[in-house]
Amino acid sequence: MAYLNEVVIEAGHGAKNYWKDLWKNRELLWILARRDLSVRYKQTAIGAAWAVLRPLATMAVMVFVFEMVGKFEGDAGVPYPLMVLAGITIWTFFANTFTQISHSILLNSNLVTKTYFPRLIMPLSSVLVGFIDFAVSLGLYFIIALWKNHLPGLEIIFLPLFVLLALLTSLSFGLFFSVLNVRFRDIAQLIPFLVQIGFYACPIAYSASLVEASQDAWWYDLYYLNPMVSIINGFKWSLLGDGSFFKVSSLYSTVGVISVMLLISIYYFRKEENSFVDYI
Amino acid sequence: MQVIVAEDISKKYIIDHQKAMRKSSTLRDTFSEKFKHFFGKGEQDEVEKEEFWALRDVNFAVDQGDRVGIIGHNGAGKSTLLKILSKITEPTGGKVTIKGRVASLLEVGTGFHPELTGRENIFLNGAILGMKRHEIKSAFESIVEFAGVEKFLDTPVKRYSSGMYVRLGFAISAHLSPEILIIDEVLAVGDADFQKKCLGKMRDVSESGRTILFVSHNLAAVQSLCNRAFYFEHGRLKMQGDTTHVVNNYLSHVAKTNLEHFWETPEEAPGSDEVRFRTVRIDPEYQGGKHYIDVTTPARVHIEFWNMAERADLNLSLHLYAFTGECIFNVGTTSQSFEKGLVAATLEIPGNFLNDGSYVISIMVVKDTSTVLFQLPDALAFEVEDHREGVTWYGKWPGYVRPQLNFQISQSEVLV
Repeated sequence: MAYLNEVVIEAGHGAKNYWKDLWKNRELLWILARRDLSVRYKQTAIGAAWAVLRPLATMAVMVFVFEMVGKFEGDAGVPYPLMVLAGITIWTFFANTFTQISHSILLNSNLVTKTYFPRLIMPLSSVLVGFIDFAVSLGLYFIIALWKNHLPGLEIIFLPLFVLLALLTSLSFGLFFSVLNVRFRDIAQLIPFLVQIGFYACPIAYSASLVEASQDAWWYDLYYLNPMVSIINGFKWSLLGDGSFFKVSSLYSTVGVISVMLLISIYYFRKEENSFVDYI
Repeated sequence: MQVIVAEDISKKYIIDHQKAMRKSSTLRDTFSEKFKHFFGKGEQDEVEKEEFWALRDVNFAVDQGDRVGIIGHNGAGKSTLLKILSKITEPTGGKVTIKGRVASLLEVGTGFHPELTGRENIFLNGAILGMKRHEIKSAFESIVEFAGVEKFLDTPVKRYSSGMYVRLGFAISAHLSPEILIIDEVLAVGDADFQKKCLGKMRDVSESGRTILFVSHNLAAVQSLCNRAFYFEHGRLKMQGDTTHVVNNYLSHVAKTNLEHFWETPEEAPGSDEVRFRTVRIDPEYQGGKHYIDVTTPARVHIEFWNMAERADLNLSLHLYAFTGECIFNVGTTSQSFEKGLVAATLEIPGNFLNDGSYVISIMVVKDTSTVLFQLPDALAFEVEDHREGVTWYGKWPGYVRPQLNFQISQSEVLV
């Protein structure tokens, strides 16, 4: 036998070739992602149409409640339904990937207990499903934007940046929760609740310009500490144009929060991943 | 060349008796625990934490091409060892060095998704086991043929019979080409025909010079396949060496388990106001220097009890159950009239009668052939080990009994 690679197994080891291992297993990452995707709408009657129906229905409800009943208005020159749809699109992307990542270890517990691969593959592979839903939802946005005659301008070139930031946010928080979820099943109860709160705490059904009136309030800085606030504002801005409210400076704290959280989460994940099987 | 070297490996689990932290802890528990400690109210002895060593100071080396059988009771640490070698969990202490690509087969069809088709699952499972896409593609035809699922390739596996499911799972793993193969009890599933196929495949693998670690309760398979054996007991590697030697040693330990009960006085004995048991015992007639019960071993069951009533018409009824709960047989003595005092009975179980497996005996004392005075449900438990002679097949022998009946075969006509 020619070259034999040597592996050392001991407590706290395994760090050495981790990232290389992760890269070597990229096929598995892709295959797990494809599995989640193809299983998604099995045995449903209308299949992928759900990806269109859900954001559309949410938008309809928001428009009814906030625009027609509550007399909310979008920023000047921005159609309210489009603003809501843009907000829903990026928020749903975040919420889906965040939820999927948080549950990724538990959902794959049969793999965790029976086979080895870098565990980070599970949260990473669960991101893809969210992307597909996002793409469908974004397509829907463009159709409605065309109908409302409010197509995006040049700002759209920044769109991928905000999508990436949303992805990193979901990863940085999701990873942390996915580890906690292994030991404490409370997390599974907490997550839908967090997502629900986030929906109202973030400027989805309203414009963040309304918040500017409370610049002196004690909660103003806290509000912007939530990284999704500036990401949603930026996303809306890149789709709706300059009329949509977006405070560029708010991105600093966002990037800061994401970086710190991501580092903590990866550290925590790496520290705990070898003992997942003992607690799952 | 040594391909696996284990030095002092140990694995500790903490069992939390009071709150079962390991499985079902909740945030609230943890917080309230912390909270109590913070205010100094936490009483240390309130939570009884017990350390449990699943493995303790295990040392061994495996040479390239070795076929090692790992045997021991449930909970002896066999599976924990495989999990450590497969990198699924890390040891608490010690170190293992492995040279070469390892494939572990701890379960047949790991990660199969019920909603996906057979074809999709082949690629999924292959990737999980560490195969590259092109490797799976080139083995695809052969996997499908081995599993015999050509017609159902595009059917979701949830519609598969359990036999098909297992065959497909094994077929995929049989096409792995690792330098070291770790297998846990895969032969426990599937029918006899399939088991034969598996063993054949494993023999092929071993003959190609690869190293195999094989955990099994099927001692016949271990003896046929492996050149070395490890015997684990209570987390320690109790014995290692030549397979036959280790297996025999293991068997003589197994056989001593629950073969005898004796009660000194009626007061401490199980029973009712009318009868009390004194002795229940099984005496195997070991043959050929063996110290364990196997399929050929005859055995006697001795029962003795106190009759506490002045005069009673009594008989004994004995049930023999398989470990799975089915009753294999029920025999009764004739009913006789007994004075107050001791009554003894003996039952002979012939050799070449029970198949290999675990058995439980329950004994009843019956009055007037109709009223059960007392029943001793798990009076005795024993294991019958496998024994093969002149047979080259090592799958599980089917059936609860394995009688030697007069079954003749001869050539009745020669075609010219």
